[in-house]
Amino acid sequence: MNSRPTPGVLLPGAGAALALALLVGGALIGLLLAPEGAAAGRPWVDGYVLAVLRFTVWQALLSALLSVGLAVPVARALARRRRFAGRALLLRLLGLPMVVPTIVGVLGIVAIYGRSGLLNEGLGALGVAARLDVYGLSGILIAHVFFNMPFATRLLVQAWAGIPAESWRLASQLGMSGGQVFRLIEAPMLRQTAPGIAGLVFLLCFTSFSVVLVLGGGPPNATLEVAIYQALRFDFDVARVVVLATLQVAVCAVLVGAAGRLARPMPVDQTLAPPVERHDLAGVWSRALDAVAIAAAMAILALPLAAVAAAGLAGPVAAVLADGELWRAALRSLTVGLSAGLLAVALGWGLVSTSRELRARYYRRGAADRLELAGSLVLVVPPFVVGAGLFVLLRPVADVFAIGLILVVLVNALMGLPFVIRILGPPAAQVAERHLRLCDSLGIAGWHRLRLVDWPLLRRPAALALAVCSALAMGDLGVIALFGTPDTRTLPLLLYHRMGSYRMDEAAVTALVLLVLSLLLFVAIERGLGGDADD
Amino acid sequence: MQRVIRFAIAALAALGGPAAAETLTVYTYDSFTSEWGPGPAVEQAFEADCGCDLEFVGVDDGVAILSRLRLEGARTRADIVLGLDMNLVAEARATGLLAPHGLDLSGLSVPLPADMLDELFVPYDWGYFAFVYDSELLPVPPASLRALVDDSDAEILIQDPRTSTPGLGLLLWLREVYGDEAAAAWHRLRPRIVTVTSGWSEAYGLFLEGEAPMVLSYTTSPAYHMISEGEDRYQAASFAEGHYLQVEVAAKVATTDQPDLADRFLAFVLSPGFQDVIPTTNWMYPVVTPAAGLPDAFAALVTPERALLMAPDTVAQSRGAWIDEWLVAMSR
Repeated sequence: MNSRPTPGVLLPGAGAALALALLVGGALIGLLLAPEGAAAGRPWVDGYVLAVLRFTVWQALLSALLSVGLAVPVARALARRRRFAGRALLLRLLGLPMVVPTIVGVLGIVAIYGRSGLLNEGLGALGVAARLDVYGLSGILIAHVFFNMPFATRLLVQAWAGIPAESWRLASQLGMSGGQVFRLIEAPMLRQTAPGIAGLVFLLCFTSFSVVLVLGGGPPNATLEVAIYQALRFDFDVARVVVLATLQVAVCAVLVGAAGRLARPMPVDQTLAPPVERHDLAGVWSRALDAVAIAAAMAILALPLAAVAAAGLAGPVAAVLADGELWRAALRSLTVGLSAGLLAVALGWGLVSTSRELRARYYRRGAADRLELAGSLVLVVPPFVVGAGLFVLLRPVADVFAIGLILVVLVNALMGLPFVIRILGPPAAQVAERHLRLCDSLGIAGWHRLRLVDWPLLRRPAALALAVCSALAMGDLGVIALFGTPDTRTLPLLLYHRMGSYRMDEAAVTALVLLVLSLLLFVAIERGLGGDADD
Repeated sequence: MQRVIRFAIAALAALGGPAAAETLTVYTYDSFTSEWGPGPAVEQAFEADCGCDLEFVGVDDGVAILSRLRLEGARTRADIVLGLDMNLVAEARATGLLAPHGLDLSGLSVPLPADMLDELFVPYDWGYFAFVYDSELLPVPPASLRALVDDSDAEILIQDPRTSTPGLGLLLWLREVYGDEAAAAWHRLRPRIVTVTSGWSEAYGLFLEGEAPMVLSYTTSPAYHMISEGEDRYQAASFAEGHYLQVEVAAKVATTDQPDLADRFLAFVLSPGFQDVIPTTNWMYPVVTPAAGLPDAFAALVTPERALLMAPDTVAQSRGAWIDEWLVAMSR
């Protein structure tokens, strides 16, 4: 059985891996060999670079601690209270920030926490003189919590579901109080899972771009990604880009390497164990605590989005909707989103279809894992470094601004790849394990196997992967900020531009349009391609 | 799948396609093209005259125009760049991407020594940088730059010197006043800088929203509030050390495919069709005084006792080092 893998099996994975290697490797080589790469009379690492590195680590650390710290009580409340009004709504809200374009979320956050936002007006009305400043570290942290607390909560809810039912039964029989349950059952589980989740959030915030670009407020609050963007776009200072990118790749590699288990596939769907009778939940204090956690989570998530909707509807809707520029940008964004999503799923399917064969047919588990890890490469080499590298590499031979959208599709496909592998990998492997022998004995292979076996069984996760990647790419204000011109402006870039030239009422409507289109795209793909949720 | 990808790439390429012929493309800063800026009036007047399409491409601010030109090199789509200032002309000249304008600049009313006018750059307006303050939030503004840095607790909004000509102007202003102590002065000023925006429009917008009582702008900015809004709440603070001078210039790009249209546009820049709208749209002093004179409100504006301006070559030599120094001083 342990024979050599046939070329037919290796081809999709090898092709996808080669494409990744060319893209990422080409970008890195482009950066390192850039003719402008030599620093002119300046130390490689000066006070500015050190300050940027320090701030990047510091804000990511605080963001991770805050996000996970807030997620723990919310996840605990969700695990304890199986039935309450709004539970379904909260679960839906927790999935939303994944699909909400970053810049739209940021706009909503400014509307709530900004100088003339709801919170400060409220504080003012109460006669409190202190005011919250949304520009700088506080704003960055608020935005990072908005985007990452839900993610951490979902992972923690799964962790809670992983506590064996026997533990609960035992706790119930022994009549443990809420405090004892936490100390003896929940805290040990958190000690095992929370650091990994915090590490993942740290990595996401370490490479944060659009949040910091909009809310950072200048050099004192720049992350490495923002500094790379500014060095390239403002000064065309390739020497500095190389230094910043090297630091970024090094830190990410250390992080991912140190926490290799972070990259382990985590199921995205939530499954909760059958409920066990809990006697520790009836106390007034425990009810109040859970209610506060749930209400706070609802407020953190719903208020900014409600503000976006309200401001958008109050803006000059008709004028903005009648503007051809908006729809051209929307069309570009949809095209970019779908193309990047399809490319990511194609690459991901290539890797997954080979890795599962390696596992199920040839028992080459190590090779299979390495192949899937290649898809998560982008976690080590952040998209912006790839974008900067392609920019420098292609500049002598092509007009990078004219082909900007193609580069945006490529980089966004890379960013989506880890999601594709996480969503599609486990079910694809399962299908192979269950049906491989049957397919072989019936002689079902190639296209027929794809059509008759894989498609019906993998349709849902494939649609989810495509929906996530397309929505992410559609709402991305990352590399498009580097390559974008008025001719290639996507909807997020148009929105950023309108905020920058202080056309806030137009920006509000644009944000609402972007939000609605992103959600529609997500739902259309997930439902349309994936079939009904109930089948 | 391959066919889908190929289609997607073709569709993307089409979406980013080139513009039509007989178009004159002008790279400028955002506030120039905004609906209340000079852009719409200038476009209407020039298009009526030339029968062509005048296309403005707005970037964050003046310095970003130069960065953009450098990045794109000879491949640039720009026929004209409009919005550089005297601090950038030496570097812009060194790119070798600009062509002579062939216009006679004598007789323009610009407060510049005659030897600073040259064959590449056409000055189109000028003004003095100043901190504009909201007199309701800040009744007594600082009386000098030194007072602002060392003897004030007013929060300010400024622009990034890497993208914005006012931001760069402030960098040089502090250099003129503090010399080699400039970095230390920035470090002392830093805690009161609410945010550093990449363009003027964003900073001024935040100022009007009340994010800070002072913003880096021009001595001429209050004229806008007086004329358009009948409001004298916003004033420019007069600084004892003098104010840094800005002269904004336009130039023809050597690789233009519309050389005749470009020449025509530069000549138009010095004509009444362009100059007369400058005071009340760009809110700067025109280089050719309108026949009807300047609006009355301009008489009420702060007029600096001393105009500060560095030699363009000095700026070109040291801009990079001073910006690095600024980055360090502004970081923690």
